[in-house]
Amino acid sequence: MSLAVSRIGRRRLLSMTGAAAAAAALGACSGPEREEQPPAEPVGQADIDRALTTPTTITFWTWVPDVQKEVALFKKKYPAITVTVVNAGQGLDAYTKLRTALKAGTGAPDVAQIEFQYIPTFSLTNSLVDLRPYGAEATREKFVDWTWGQVTGPKGEILAYPQDTGPMGMLYRADLFDRHGIEVPATWNDFAAAARKLHAADPGVYLTNIAANEPAAWHGLMWQAGSKAYTVNGTELGLAVDDEAARKVADYWGGLAREKLISTDPDFTDTWYQGLNSGKYATWLTAAWGSVFLTGSAKATAGKWRAAPLPQWDPARPVAGNWGGSTSAVITGTKNPIAAAKFAEFLNTDHEVTKLFTTAQNFFPATKALLADPAFTGAENAFFGGQRVNELFAGISGTVDVGWQWPPFLDQASKDWTETAGKALTGGGDVAAAIGAWQERLTAYAEDQGFTVVE
Amino acid sequence: MSSKPANHAYLFVAPFLLCFALLFLLPLGYAAYLSLFKDQLVGGTVFVGLDNYGRALQDGRLLGGVGRVALFFLVQVPIMLLVALAVALAVDSGLLRLARLVRLGTFLPYAVPSVVATLMCGYLYGPDFGPLAQLGDRLGFDPPDLLGDGWLLVSLGNIVTWEFAGYNMIILYSALRTVPAERYEAAAIDGAGPWRVAWHIKIPALRPALLLALIFSVIGSFQLFAEPNLLQRLAPTVIDSAYTPNLYAYHLAFTSQQVNYAAAVSFLLGLVILVVSYVVLFLTSRRR
Repeated sequence: MSLAVSRIGRRRLLSMTGAAAAAAALGACSGPEREEQPPAEPVGQADIDRALTTPTTITFWTWVPDVQKEVALFKKKYPAITVTVVNAGQGLDAYTKLRTALKAGTGAPDVAQIEFQYIPTFSLTNSLVDLRPYGAEATREKFVDWTWGQVTGPKGEILAYPQDTGPMGMLYRADLFDRHGIEVPATWNDFAAAARKLHAADPGVYLTNIAANEPAAWHGLMWQAGSKAYTVNGTELGLAVDDEAARKVADYWGGLAREKLISTDPDFTDTWYQGLNSGKYATWLTAAWGSVFLTGSAKATAGKWRAAPLPQWDPARPVAGNWGGSTSAVITGTKNPIAAAKFAEFLNTDHEVTKLFTTAQNFFPATKALLADPAFTGAENAFFGGQRVNELFAGISGTVDVGWQWPPFLDQASKDWTETAGKALTGGGDVAAAIGAWQERLTAYAEDQGFTVVE
Repeated sequence: MSSKPANHAYLFVAPFLLCFALLFLLPLGYAAYLSLFKDQLVGGTVFVGLDNYGRALQDGRLLGGVGRVALFFLVQVPIMLLVALAVALAVDSGLLRLARLVRLGTFLPYAVPSVVATLMCGYLYGPDFGPLAQLGDRLGFDPPDLLGDGWLLVSLGNIVTWEFAGYNMIILYSALRTVPAERYEAAAIDGAGPWRVAWHIKIPALRPALLLALIFSVIGSFQLFAEPNLLQRLAPTVIDSAYTPNLYAYHLAFTSQQVNYAAAVSFLLGLVILVVSYVVLFLTSRRR
């Protein structure tokens, strides 16, 4: 019987840890009022100098591996400031912890790693410090235009410093293209024709895989098509995930999926890794970081890949979307806003540090200086047959649409996409109708959450 | 004098009561409290009384999830308990040569954490590389898509049966060991063979243990979470966020930021489990 007891114990324990975690998150709701944002008037140079020479410790939450290398350079320049690096998990895990700490009113870091797409989620709750008083606007020219748009809030606040980016391109298997006589498609029409030709020539190969669990890639394709799915303005929210551009994307991929000319395997799973290595997918529509990722995850195919821009809707006006990349943001409630802001600035603007990110962490940079730096763009990538992949993506970065915005509840938007459009993609259903359902779900959610939704 | 032993007894159960209050009653009470509010991204927290419960009762996605786990319970649990019963009777019969090995082998899957079990099965079910898929490829038949819409519940049932049949077998087996040997002797003298003994002595003696296993299974089925949560990664469009009620509550709290509503959903789920457990008890005790 002791076995039986311990078994029940384990089950209950599981459900209770869930309950306790829920309770913790809940408790957070009734936490103390958020501290006021710092005054908007600029902080004087004297104050900045004093803050940077006073012995201070700040905490930095990041998942970037080996970031100590970059932090050490900051310490060298500002010996008085000690930066404690904490790995609070990657992506969602980190955000859940950050949200909990913010609501609890204690335990939040001074500076945190935040992906572009999560900035509105955190700025909605006033959790990010406006960096304008600390001289952020003076650094504007250093960054690629679209990244600056991504960190700018609806009232012109600067909410973070861009760190790395993921302009989207097409990585393709040159050997498969050659074998079946396929040209690199310049337009989406060419791409569809190539998909038909390739799959007919070898039914075991698909021109690409559109993962039904990857709303981030889908958002990147919507971005490229010029969709204005989300427009955030305080509590007023423009929602149009099924606007004309989005419908165009949905019809296109829905058609290819229904004809079974593309596969829809979930990505970053065993099936998918195997597909990349075995040549099941002839292209991967991905971000600049995808080229680095492949080097490690598809070793068997080294030398067979090449990179090209995404196929275009209008070849006369090349546009790209972005997938991924992150920023450094200063978190509301920090006791050392000056040191924190200057650390975030240094980490992402100092030439030596940003350059180190491209070599030590293989980041794709957000600064104009590095994207024009021959030492970066001139690198020949053996995995891509000696192609200058960085140079190609540096060019693509300049074509990323500047106007794209993210919703203040990305988790919900992502989940609902998978359950509507993703489901239709795998099932061969009507994807355009499915994004209509996506729009309905998001509208209901946003209204329930107190937003005023405008089309 | 007579009250003294009772006082001592309370002292002994105090550690339990303390833990029970801190780790069970307190979070439960807190969740109940929270379920009466609504926290919005815009506009903050307001008291809404029982609105969350009213909403949950009309929530098609929640009801669909409850229906799914109920179906799961009705199909998977009888199969699992029959397997457990058969193995327990076989091991107890004394006719098996490697009884200890069989007992241990059947029980072993229970020692494998359900996370590991699910990951293993996820590999076995894989549509491109799983053994079944490879076999189909060799022999030229189309293997069923075990992670597809039509098969997923079956695949889940298979994992859970594998994990818990041995555990239930141990419960039944230990109950069998408590049957007094005189009864078997008496039966033997009356000329009963092994099948008769099993049917007329062992199975009736197992009633309380079977009931216990059944109640555990009610709770286990309705709280299904870890297995679907892990398979979600492999079948993201089949297992949606409301596939089981527990999964739904989890996603409401941590994806949709609707912690208050999630608390209400959890409470209703608890109520459903209570009712089903009661019905099971009522039906089985009436038959006696």
